Amino acid sequence: MKEYTYSEKKDTRSGFGAGLLELGRTNENVVALCADLIGSLKMDAFKKEFPERFYQVGIAEANMMGLAAGMTIGGKIPFTGTFANFSTGRVYDQIRQSIAYSGKNVKICASHAGLTLGEDGATHQILEDVGMMKMLPHMTVINPCDFNQTKAATIAIAEHEGPVYLRFGRPAVPNFTPADQKFEIGKAVMLNEGTDVTIIATGHLVWKAIEAGHKLAEKGINAEIINIHTIKPLDDEAILKSVGKTKCVVTAEEHQMNGGLGDSVAQLLGRQLPAPLEMVAVNDSFGESGTPDQLMEKYGLSTENIVAAAERVMSRK
Amino acid sequence: MNPHNKSIDELKQIASQVRRDIVRMVHAVNSGHPGGSLGCTDYFVSLYFRVMNYKPSPFNMDGEGEDLFFLSNGHISPVWYSVLARAGFFEVSELATFRKINSRLQGHPATEEGLPGIRVASGSLGQGLSVAVGAAQTKKLNKDNNLVYVLMGDGELGEGQVWEAAMYAAHNKVDNLIATVDRNYQQIDGGTEEVLALGDLRAKFEAFGWHVLEADGNNFETLLPALEDAKRATGNGKPVMILMNTEMGFGVDFMMGSHKWHGVAPNDEQLEIALQQLAVEQASDY
Repeated sequence: MKEYTYSEKKDTRSGFGAGLLELGRTNENVVALCADLIGSLKMDAFKKEFPERFYQVGIAEANMMGLAAGMTIGGKIPFTGTFANFSTGRVYDQIRQSIAYSGKNVKICASHAGLTLGEDGATHQILEDVGMMKMLPHMTVINPCDFNQTKAATIAIAEHEGPVYLRFGRPAVPNFTPADQKFEIGKAVMLNEGTDVTIIATGHLVWKAIEAGHKLAEKGINAEIINIHTIKPLDDEAILKSVGKTKCVVTAEEHQMNGGLGDSVAQLLGRQLPAPLEMVAVNDSFGESGTPDQLMEKYGLSTENIVAAAERVMSRK
Repeated sequence: MNPHNKSIDELKQIASQVRRDIVRMVHAVNSGHPGGSLGCTDYFVSLYFRVMNYKPSPFNMDGEGEDLFFLSNGHISPVWYSVLARAGFFEVSELATFRKINSRLQGHPATEEGLPGIRVASGSLGQGLSVAVGAAQTKKLNKDNNLVYVLMGDGELGEGQVWEAAMYAAHNKVDNLIATVDRNYQQIDGGTEEVLALGDLRAKFEAFGWHVLEADGNNFETLLPALEDAKRATGNGKPVMILMNTEMGFGVDFMMGSHKWHGVAPNDEQLEIALQQLAVEQASDY
């Protein structure tokens, strides 16, 4: 099992803020909108340095999505910022009609996704956002795993023409991906080559997949670990190649089973390479208040859950 | 500069031709929305044949150096399609494809098929004002002094997003924007004041910080000066709103003033009667 180290834990939302600031300096067409959550989205630095390209929208997310769609006309690249819940479910029809169906070059940047939002509880812990966004034609869906990858993804999506949903979160997580790693939309990142089981993880579950890989190695199980940061378009080739070798797969994500990464992988394998599959994801349930760690454990998204799923899926080969 | 710059007499002839197109288009597919289309015909003809600065061809999505128009109440697509075709965005013969399979003329306006003249999809109501405000802010960033126009239905003002956008536009002094509400007092289920009363719209928009004008939308002699007044009101720190009184179904007597022709097509006999009432000196039906 390959060793990954990190010097510090950092929140992915700060990766977004850092990426946005860099974009401000390098791409004059980038504009940013925020619905009264500048501090939470780490957009302060962009606002301070580029006030003429920053739009405070107030608590009016539907308007924000429409504004962003309109701002693209004339060549601007709008980045909207609010919580994942208010970036998707609250404004689904605005995104569907004014952005996705209209093919507008808007980057919907969504923080505080999933259970790791913590104590605020289920009203804010959206676990359905990836499903909603990936169902929309033209939409690209990205869920990076740490600070560096989120920063790189933020910068990369400005170069991509078309609507993008960029999902990140609140807690500090190990920042282990190389700062200079190029972010390629739609391209899986191989974290560990193995032969016994494929573990496909996205977002905050990627580090847990690495931890699970070590625990499995102690048991003599050689896991192949893949970081899928782009859920749509999915890197079919990388997944098929890996599962063709290991013959079984575990998916891991901070999302509902319905509509998430596991659902996309299941569709792919069902059509092209049927293989035993286990999903580490939330099983048709809302979250609740608690610390992030307590919630991840209670809802079955821990390192131990990935280990158990790997052993279970291997027994089904 | 407007590429056509027609006289009032010419505008009247064009408006009659456009109204002929509208009733023929909805009749041909036995679906679509003639009522609001007929009511707003004079407004569209005024914008595209006299008021707005634009280039119909080649169509430029970014619209730099041009006035932009957005239709929020997308169901009145027949009038927009007819006016776009007759203003030179695409061939008039393409109007025959309205609402048919493989057409660029979707039931509600869309960009997906690449129809020239359309910059955003609309149909799900309440979204157009936000889009127009965003486009107007980009014009300011780009130092483009042209204007952004947007039309909304009055029933559509029930959507909360409209008021979010109204607050935002005034707060941010988006004064290169001329919004218009088609005040025909009708919506699908009946009169606007019965379904969900809009009340004093002038007072409401003024309270939101807008510069408000009123106009008769079915009279070129007063509509054109009102549109010029609206232009003069831009650049003064406030977004501009025209409350435009129209009669649904204007030009076809049995369709006028009733919500019943919101989304119903005329039958063969009704079409003939309508076309007789919409006579033009030289009809050039598609």
